[in-house]
Amino acid sequence: MTISLKGFLSFALLLLLATLIFGVLSSFAFLYPVYFNKFLPFYLLRPLHVSAAIFWIITGATGCIIYYRKEVFEVKKETVFIPLFKITWVITILAVFISYAGKQFGGKEYWEFPPILCIPLLVAWLFFMLGYFPLWKKHDNKMSAYSIMWSTGILFFLITFIEQNLWQIQWFRQSYLREITVQWKANGSMVGAWNQMIYGTFFFLMTRLSGDETLARGKKVYFFYFLGLTNLMFNWGHHIYNVPTAGWIRHVAYAISMTEWLFLINIIQGFKSKLSERRKLNHFITYRFLITAEIWVFINLLLAIAMSIPAINRYTHGTHITVAHAMGTTIGINTMILLGGIGYMIGIERLTARAKRILTITHYVAQVSLGIFWVSLVIAGILKGYRSVAMNITDFQLMMKPVFQVLTVFAIAGIGLLTGLGAIVIIYLQAIWNGIRITTDENNKR
Amino acid sequence: MFKKIWISLFLAFSIYTALVYTQCDAGTAGSQPSDLDKSITAGRDIWQKHNCQSCHQLYGLGGYLGPELTNTASIKGSKYMSTIIKYGTGRMPNFHLTDSEVENLVHYLSWIDNSGNTRVAKENVHWTGTYILNDGK
Repeated sequence: MTISLKGFLSFALLLLLATLIFGVLSSFAFLYPVYFNKFLPFYLLRPLHVSAAIFWIITGATGCIIYYRKEVFEVKKETVFIPLFKITWVITILAVFISYAGKQFGGKEYWEFPPILCIPLLVAWLFFMLGYFPLWKKHDNKMSAYSIMWSTGILFFLITFIEQNLWQIQWFRQSYLREITVQWKANGSMVGAWNQMIYGTFFFLMTRLSGDETLARGKKVYFFYFLGLTNLMFNWGHHIYNVPTAGWIRHVAYAISMTEWLFLINIIQGFKSKLSERRKLNHFITYRFLITAEIWVFINLLLAIAMSIPAINRYTHGTHITVAHAMGTTIGINTMILLGGIGYMIGIERLTARAKRILTITHYVAQVSLGIFWVSLVIAGILKGYRSVAMNITDFQLMMKPVFQVLTVFAIAGIGLLTGLGAIVIIYLQAIWNGIRITTDENNKR
Repeated sequence: MFKKIWISLFLAFSIYTALVYTQCDAGTAGSQPSDLDKSITAGRDIWQKHNCQSCHQLYGLGGYLGPELTNTASIKGSKYMSTIIKYGTGRMPNFHLTDSEVENLVHYLSWIDNSGNTRVAKENVHWTGTYILNDGK
């Protein structure tokens, strides 16, 4: 691994650590804003947390692609565009955090920094594409599911990133309905784009761990790829069901979202084979990250399908159930796959027995904390939905009173999550910079 | 075959995107004027500059610390809004906005209020699970 990739991956891991720290601080600022307003107000902590999370996911996803594409496309000499991407990307993200420190905001959901910084981010992404697509195009292995998914994710990130910035053209803002519809069309599809990049890495790792390349090829794999792509393109409307836009937007999103049942059925059908797969591969720490991600896919898919039914969405929209889904997917699925992906490339399978044991324990701490975290958000969401929609309580403080109590559990679980995932980040950083120490077993073999 | 399906899907996506951009608000129930006066755009800039969406929601989208504000103008009135914005509350910090900034922000929120209702009534839920709003859509 080159020094520049080590630096890039370390930057991604530090973003994860920042996400966790800002997340814990945000949750307490949410519960006790009076104490935080003077020094670290919630309106500052939230963008710090959200931006760190988004940039962790995208930086981690690109880091995995940069590394694994070398093997897949047999890259002999690195193109100049990848170092250019890394430098531009990292410097711009640092500029984002500096702008927040100066309380400079762009004020749009998810991308809360001054919009001028979108220009270097866009340039960086174009460098990344120039470093990826020429290799993909000329290589024989371009039809494996993982390389197709990487390519799809990279392309659609560009499209949705540009779309996300269309609000800067006055015409899109003349009608608030148009502005909010386009914004959430872009946001919704962008999540699909980074999921494609990350699930691509998931497929790649599964083929390498099992030694079975057919996992990434075949009619069934391509069918689910197209189903995922269709959902990326058309299944964003659940974000704006309650917005009085043209009805067909709602109906199309509802119909497409119901195809997610097929993913669910597929997971249930594959349950038995997963059990035997687990018996064979569970000794790999990387596999444990991947199988955990699959469990979270199942749980979050159930929630996503429920939220995609407008009649249910009426109660869940604007409540913490949406947060449960967002955090369940970003931590439970994306972060787990990325930790598996980064871990596999830095050689966590060859860690000392002690480090492996710590990694296993911290992994469980993170999972239990995430479970409590997720359930408390769902309960908070049910309470808010019931009290605001069914009981029609209009006084905000009164409506939120029991919700705040539940969120105290959520905030404490956040500390557990910080402890578990934070320890994994530290082990990874040590492994990146100090090199992997070989396990006792392997030493004996040698 | 793979390429054909991919291109067909991408074409459908492009057409759908164009339709969304141009038709998403066609014939909707809101009575929002499209000619934005300076006060509304100034209010919008203040909303973004102070990152109000971090704590407040519009159409249920945004933060969770403060109340949903889509229809506050028609429910609570502009005087109530001006007072809260000007002085803050225990939970909301005082942003030390000038009187004209407060007025612009209230204009912006009133403009959003005119775009429609954030709450969907029980009667609008169709038996298929979707919403049929008042204008039959």
